Amino acid sequence: MALNYDQAIAAYDPTLGLEVHVELNTNSKMFCGCATEFGAEPNTQTCPVCLGLPGSLPAVNGKAIESSILIGLALNCSIAPFSRFARKNYFYPDMPKNFQTSQFDEPICVNGYLDVEIETDEGTKVFRIDIERVHMEEDTGKSLHVGGSTGRIHGAEYSLLDYNRAGIPLVEIVTKIIPNTGKYAPLVARAYVTELRDILRSLGVSDVKMEQGSLRCDANVSLAPAGSGQLGTRSETKNVNSLRSVERAVSGEIERQANRLQNGERIVQETRHFLEESGQTRPGRSKEQAEDYRYFPEPDLVPVAPDAAWIEELRATLPEKPSIRRKRLKIEWAVPDKEMASMVNAELLDTVEETVLLGSDPTKARSWWLGEISRLANEKEVAPTSLITPIQVAEVIALIASGELTDKLARQVVEGVINGEGTPQQVIDARGLKVVSDDSALMVAIEAAIASQPETAERIRGGNIPAAGALIGAVMKATGGQADAAKVRELLLKHLGQG
Amino acid sequence: MIHSTAAEMATKLAAGEISSVELTQQHLDRISVVDGQVHAFLYVDTEGALSQAAAVDAKRVAGEKLSPLAGVPLALKDVLTQKGIPTTCGSKILEGWRPPYDSTIVSKLKSAGIVILGKTNMDEFAMGSSTENSAYGPSHNPWDLTRIPGGSGGGSAASLAAFEAPLAMGTDTGGSIRQPAAVTGTVGVKPTYGGVSRYGLVAFSSSLDQAGPCARTVLDAALLHEAIAGYDPRDSTSINAPVPAVVAAAKKLDVKGMKIGIVKELSGDGYQAGVRSRFDEAIEELVNAGAEIVEVSCPNFEYALAAYYLIAPSEASSNLARFDSMRYGIRVGDDGVRGAEEVMKMTREVGFGKEVKRRIILGTYALSSGYYDAYYGSAQKVRTLITQDFAAAFSKADVLVSPTCPTTAFKIGEKSDDPLAMYLNDIATIPVNMAGIGGMSLPVGLAPEDGLPVGFQIMSPAMKDDLMYQVGGTLEAALLRKWGSPILSNAPALGAN
Ligand SMILES: [Zn+2]
Repeated sequence: MALNYDQAIAAYDPTLGLEVHVELNTNSKMFCGCATEFGAEPNTQTCPVCLGLPGSLPAVNGKAIESSILIGLALNCSIAPFSRFARKNYFYPDMPKNFQTSQFDEPICVNGYLDVEIETDEGTKVFRIDIERVHMEEDTGKSLHVGGSTGRIHGAEYSLLDYNRAGIPLVEIVTKIIPNTGKYAPLVARAYVTELRDILRSLGVSDVKMEQGSLRCDANVSLAPAGSGQLGTRSETKNVNSLRSVERAVSGEIERQANRLQNGERIVQETRHFLEESGQTRPGRSKEQAEDYRYFPEPDLVPVAPDAAWIEELRATLPEKPSIRRKRLKIEWAVPDKEMASMVNAELLDTVEETVLLGSDPTKARSWWLGEISRLANEKEVAPTSLITPIQVAEVIALIASGELTDKLARQVVEGVINGEGTPQQVIDARGLKVVSDDSALMVAIEAAIASQPETAERIRGGNIPAAGALIGAVMKATGGQADAAKVRELLLKHLGQG
Repeated sequence: MIHSTAAEMATKLAAGEISSVELTQQHLDRISVVDGQVHAFLYVDTEGALSQAAAVDAKRVAGEKLSPLAGVPLALKDVLTQKGIPTTCGSKILEGWRPPYDSTIVSKLKSAGIVILGKTNMDEFAMGSSTENSAYGPSHNPWDLTRIPGGSGGGSAASLAAFEAPLAMGTDTGGSIRQPAAVTGTVGVKPTYGGVSRYGLVAFSSSLDQAGPCARTVLDAALLHEAIAGYDPRDSTSINAPVPAVVAAAKKLDVKGMKIGIVKELSGDGYQAGVRSRFDEAIEELVNAGAEIVEVSCPNFEYALAAYYLIAPSEASSNLARFDSMRYGIRVGDDGVRGAEEVMKMTREVGFGKEVKRRIILGTYALSSGYYDAYYGSAQKVRTLITQDFAAAFSKADVLVSPTCPTTAFKIGEKSDDPLAMYLNDIATIPVNMAGIGGMSLPVGLAPEDGLPVGFQIMSPAMKDDLMYQVGGTLEAALLRKWGSPILSNAPALGAN
């Protein structure tokens, strides 16, 4: 009988290892001046260097070095005073030089750690993830295999190559083995990638968009009999491209391996591919006939030897750690956990903070960004921040606070801003969106409403206060929603002798 | 005036006594007369050269300030990219490739107004000492057409000795500038590693390759050296420091008080008698000129050749991986059925010659896991030891000297079946590349036994290239006084029949 997850964990101890590839968001590539924009026409962002033309030579992008050092510092690593690039030699059509320029045995950052918090049965618990290394490398081009049924090179009729991605700077962050996570292994893996993503975002060094591939995770999983303290044979699940998938890939691998071991089968050291639909993995290349990459120091590049003073300058610019910042804001804004999580997941924490710093009430700022604006952004399939700025949102919130706009009017103002009708003030002027607060104007509308519904008015006079709703509604309708409903109620009740 | 020096041509051009178009045409005419015998060129860019020359003439007429060598023609080794001009590196695999960009050297030559006549023959991917490894047939030594002109830059050296060009560009990984200079009676200089940009030099062995000037006189080489040298941000191994004042040094003609070290390990057994006697006479000239001679020992040089044949093939095996038919050059076996990997294999099988394959296999083996430390790792240690030997020697002498090669030019075909005998040609030149220092070869006479030119090597510390020019210029002047005419006046006439 197949083991389920709980049974698998009862019988085996999992050990993890996580490798995260991050595309840096530098303006130019790792070794040439080509642009790095995502989604450009194929082969328009190339030059002799990233096409590997004979005679061309690489020159290191200083910004990529800076980003790598920032990542290392944020992960509590030592920055190597001397590190080198190496060549990783293998043939593949999307690799222009048939070697990848990558750091091998002399990476730029080593020996760091990252603490992650997860909720356990015994409450919140901190797991320390040791980081082995952070190293730089260049991305390969992209192949599109056309005509085959699998989309893979075998069986394809022909292949198209796009070298726009060739030479984009990548940073690979590799953990040491992560033992003793027990049944929380999938959660720890997810929490680690989440925290890492938030740190990278706070550093501003990458777009960290898993769905676009600017952050990719490979998860190594091995099992050993429970309590044995041994280390089993590992599998490596490649290119897991969402946080949820990280968790699923790890739990799926634990179950798969446990069942094999239970049946007396051995675990093959291999690369596996995560299947998004089923949450399972399928086997890829076996690593048992290990490919020999014939690494040797890249003779075309001088060693990277960052100045110690520069490293300290960079250290001084490190932003507040995302986990610490979240805790601080949660208290300052008095936000419930769940709300905090949705703000983080929607990537709106910075935006809300900016709006609050412009004077808005934190609760209001949060509900505007997560509510109306996110809803409109979803409709348009764009990021909320591309529609409206924190300054504009803060202005709208201020106008509500001062009574110049009602919530309903404010929504129209926001909609106008998003439609490109100008600043909130311009929209208010152009659309004539003013709260009708002139008592005499309102009284005209109120009298008209009473005249049209005399019985309702009588009932109110008789003390049936809830009946006022119908008349208030009529007044609001007559004024096109521009009246302040509370004010209407006050005037109406007073007029009918109930004020 | 094709028999003049480049400096003399430059003077006449500046004085308006000849136009660059006329001078270029004279060389193109000479090429069409003699290159059928010499085969120095793989490609002659008649139209491009004449239009470059016309542009320089127009600038001169307009009174623009021009570089010292503006309007003087040059032959370019086919390993350097020139936009739109076929670049084969002597290999079939690159047949038909026209690079979309200029190497930094070509950009500098163009901006200096130096007229590029065409591309010269070479051993395939600069691997060889005779040009016999060119996929397009060997070049011939103008001194004796049955002999090799050296290699890999035999085409460049032969073009100078045959008066097809007054200047040429070479590249030197283990002696590919200096050995051809030695066997053709011309001057060749390998500058300090990093002194001249490698951007656009199709790599053989990245940590050893260095482009440099080839000429018929030391001063001409110095003038070309200053035109092509200097820091280039596109080559991260290029040195960000002022170019040594080599032209001034070549004109000094004075070595009084200089200490010149004879490298014990680069003389004696294995060197042809005539090579040794001409070397000794050159030393006498330097003594007469006031230099002090010291003997130095570099014990680790004996491992240089073995280490070189691990490092250079290792780097080559990786550098040459890009020739896979996917993006440029020839493609073999693409019938719409075969996969990419098979087409790569078939192309490389057909496209690379025997020596290139030999070195790719050697290098692939040396870098393999399990062998890396024993081969590549040990070779790098030898390299460090050689550098230390040079440092110790330079503490006793300003420059070091040796014969450039053990022998004069050998016969075409004589060593082509014996790679080891061929490799031994570079025994005296290889240590210079291993240490990244400067090296020059200049002619010091003809060997009495065969009447062929003998080369004299001068080695100078890194970024002190001026010292070898100073010694070379002085020695050249002394020998010219003794001989009465340049060595090349003894070479047989070409193109008669
Ligand atoms: Zn590029």
